[in-house]
Amino acid sequence: MPVISSTKDVEKLTLTFVAEFAAAPDRIWQVWADPRQLERWWGPPTWPATFERHDFTVGGDSRYYMTGPEGQKARAWWTVTAIEAPHRLEFTNGFADDNGEPLDPTDVFRTVVTLEATTDGTRMTTVEVFAHADQMERLIGMGMDEGVSLAMGQIDGLLADAD
Amino acid sequence: MVVDLPREGEADALFHALADATRRDILTRVITAEQSVSALARHYPMSFAAVQKHVTVLERAALVTKHKRGREQVVHVNLDAVRRATRLLDAYEQLWRQRTTAIDRILKEDREGK
Repeated sequence: MPVISSTKDVEKLTLTFVAEFAAAPDRIWQVWADPRQLERWWGPPTWPATFERHDFTVGGDSRYYMTGPEGQKARAWWTVTAIEAPHRLEFTNGFADDNGEPLDPTDVFRTVVTLEATTDGTRMTTVEVFAHADQMERLIGMGMDEGVSLAMGQIDGLLADAD
Repeated sequence: MVVDLPREGEADALFHALADATRRDILTRVITAEQSVSALARHYPMSFAAVQKHVTVLERAALVTKHKRGREQVVHVNLDAVRRATRLLDAYEQLWRQRTTAIDRILKEDREGK
């Protein structure tokens, strides 16, 4: 799997995720810019995403929903705050009501995506900064599967010893 | 959906409790073995009362429980609660792993000329 690293900062509610792909930054940019490609990977496997709007310009809005196994829909939105194709993308995220409109425009979290060319492809760094932990909880509730078993440094190691 | 995550609103109490280096250190110590508040206090350059306050924050987040033994207050870890907190960040990391795999699948189709 092309995952290089992931760093979780509990204090700052920040998740940094680094992955490398065997394609040039221009090509990776397309999987973000083209809504038909984006919806093939944005939602978790059992909650595919559908982008009803995807205005990929500064100040542009995206509206999407993810469809769960029982047909339930979880709606959310983005507003793009910075674009430097094909190297940098920043947007704010929030949750939406049944009509796809923001539930609370002030309850947002930030995503910063950076694409860097490497000798054989692209390194993609995604940094997500949450305002409070309940946002993460809600997102995870929006479409994560069970069976998560990844390490979390010191506390995880200690938990294993405590079993 | 994911079971066993903190109930609505509890996540913030958990992360607030874990957002302090001293409290994480206290938690790390009591995961290894139960400790009295006075034994914990000896590890930190702060008053007994200050350490006791940190223990109270951990207690409110249900990460630890406290009970009296003679004249001492003994702190125990609540392993289930600690696991819930770590699972939250883990679950989100897992989402990005799945996304990475899905992007890779799209790129593979490029190479195969589909």
